[in-house]
Amino acid sequence: MAQMTMIQAITDAMRVELKNDENVLVFGEDVGQNGGVFRATEGLQDEFGEDRVFDTPLAESGIGGLAIGLAMEGFRPVPEIQFFGFVFEVMDSISGQMARLRYRSGGHYNAPITVRAPFGGGVHTPELHADSLEGLIAQQPGVKVVIPSTPYEAKGLLISAIRDNDPVVFLEHMKLYRSFRGEVPEDAYTVEIGKADVKREGSDVTLLAYGAMVHSSLKAAEELEKDGISAEVIDLRTVSPVDYETILESVKKTNRVVFVQEAQRQAGIAGQVISEVQERAILHLEAPILRVTAPDTVYAFSDAEEVWLPDHKDIVERVNEVINF
Amino acid sequence: MKQVLENIENQFEMFQVLDEDGKVVNKDDLPDLSDDELKELMRRMVYTRILDQRSIALNRQGRLGFYAPTAGQEASQLGSQFALEQDDFILPGYRDVPQLIWQGLPLYQAFLFSKGHFHGNQFPDEVRALSPQIIIGAQYVQTAGVALGLKKRGKKNVAITYTGDGGTSQGDFYEGINNAGAFKAPAIFVVQNNRFAISVPVEKQTNAKTLAQKAVAAGIEGIQVDGMDVLAVYAATKFARERAVAGEGPTLIETLTYRFGPHTMSGDDPTRYRTEDMDKEWEKKDPLVRFRKYLEGKKLWTEEDENKVIDEAKEDIKKAIKQAEQQPKQKVTDLINNMYEELPTHLQEQKEIYEAKESK
Repeated sequence: MAQMTMIQAITDAMRVELKNDENVLVFGEDVGQNGGVFRATEGLQDEFGEDRVFDTPLAESGIGGLAIGLAMEGFRPVPEIQFFGFVFEVMDSISGQMARLRYRSGGHYNAPITVRAPFGGGVHTPELHADSLEGLIAQQPGVKVVIPSTPYEAKGLLISAIRDNDPVVFLEHMKLYRSFRGEVPEDAYTVEIGKADVKREGSDVTLLAYGAMVHSSLKAAEELEKDGISAEVIDLRTVSPVDYETILESVKKTNRVVFVQEAQRQAGIAGQVISEVQERAILHLEAPILRVTAPDTVYAFSDAEEVWLPDHKDIVERVNEVINF
Repeated sequence: MKQVLENIENQFEMFQVLDEDGKVVNKDDLPDLSDDELKELMRRMVYTRILDQRSIALNRQGRLGFYAPTAGQEASQLGSQFALEQDDFILPGYRDVPQLIWQGLPLYQAFLFSKGHFHGNQFPDEVRALSPQIIIGAQYVQTAGVALGLKKRGKKNVAITYTGDGGTSQGDFYEGINNAGAFKAPAIFVVQNNRFAISVPVEKQTNAKTLAQKAVAAGIEGIQVDGMDVLAVYAATKFARERAVAGEGPTLIETLTYRFGPHTMSGDDPTRYRTEDMDKEWEKKDPLVRFRKYLEGKKLWTEEDENKVIDEAKEDIKKAIKQAEQQPKQKVTDLINNMYEELPTHLQEQKEIYEAKESK
């Protein structure tokens, strides 16, 4: 098996699907000759031609509209939004249009679109380049939101997303792009959308996380182990729809939960998941479910970035609170 | 059926005052600037070129944050700004920091903007401007609003905004120019067409032969200008400004220019999408070289003048970066304090948590 970074695995997933299905099209700003600003589409235009992998004019709303329109001709568009902070420009295409196409046409049309975008903080980008806006999209029924945390899952989930007949917003945490390598099979394989993954087994507390925070949670779990606390770490992998089955199974075992998200505290995925868990398993809980989040401000694109972002120390602190409740 | 596109497109000719050798090719439109004003314009261009070189170096040393190089675009940026009055309102794009500096933004604040420090955006009252826009095109829609406001207040001022060639593809671009046109608002829309939106060439950006012709659909005036010719850009902006304050509506100005450097200092590699030949061809059009030749011809500029500006710029930059670095670091509690006029209870609670963290 090849050792790949997450971004290599993502490129590989697109390569595999461009090969497998002639209807797959990859497009966006700078994705052609330049290979994308992060090089996620590196080499794809050379390999598949400008017909299949192409630059668009600089217009996010235009890119969303192109994707919906191309789907009408049976294509399977994989547009890139250069940074997810630019999603506001294409919000109508995603939440107002593609998410509703199946419903609006009574199933006559669907939108087999995978919107890829880098997101997440810690890489010193300017304003509106690092925001965790997954909660905005997750509020919209009709669209799935997938966030991988490892190279293996990035490839398998992206292939699943491209093959999915409903729209998927596929968010790639920038800090994970090149921070480590993992084993990735060379052939096509899928990882199921809507299924969480137990990244580490434990018995005292369940840490729920996704994206880069999975790794912070694993680091926290190691620290906690030194203090004799056994933490189970669950990677949501899909934040809409959420896999409550896996979560509840864990909660019933550990009876304590901390949700870790890089996004701000207000609204968002943590609030949603915690609410469901307490509705379904209140009698299994020994303590309130606590959250580790960023504060309720705009993203701190500055000196304040490191303090603003949640880290493993914050997680350890909160876990100790639920353990000692 | 009559086809009109070709006729319309062919009417947009590049407006020029100085050719590449600094010779006046268009006497009628030579702007009425005094010798001192001409020298000041040259001083600003040289100063800004040095500022660009130093900013790139400081960025590489990790002493600046986000930076979009400006070399090559000085005529477009400074020629247009030179035509403004102090009370005009600027809505810049992310590369348009020099215009703010020459409108009065202290250099150390420009550096703080680069570092993402909010004090960099706390402009002095006399600098009527928004901070450089990150979302491509957003400043265009807002410009229509600022201009409409100026008109409603009866002020004899304009709102001027900047984007690049890529920006003209955004929906916001069309909405901005159309709204300003509909309200006959005193707006100037500058498109610095540097030929590449990051890597995508303008030929792939649009099927339109010029970007200036996009004005036609909005029913506003459109001019294509040699963006390496500072006198042409100045004259076009002055013309647009006079029309605007006379109530004749907005103008779209396309400046044909080139950025000599990368898109930003965040990993862009222009050799992936531009040839060396193209770079060389545009370096021949360098706005500083051309204007220097013109001034030398008029005996207004010497090597001594040039060196004096270079030294002055370097000295100012040294002081300004020091001042920027002495500014207290931005804290999470600063962000919390800046979210609302009055701090809501939940943020008050969060503020206490971060105050404790920050005091560690």
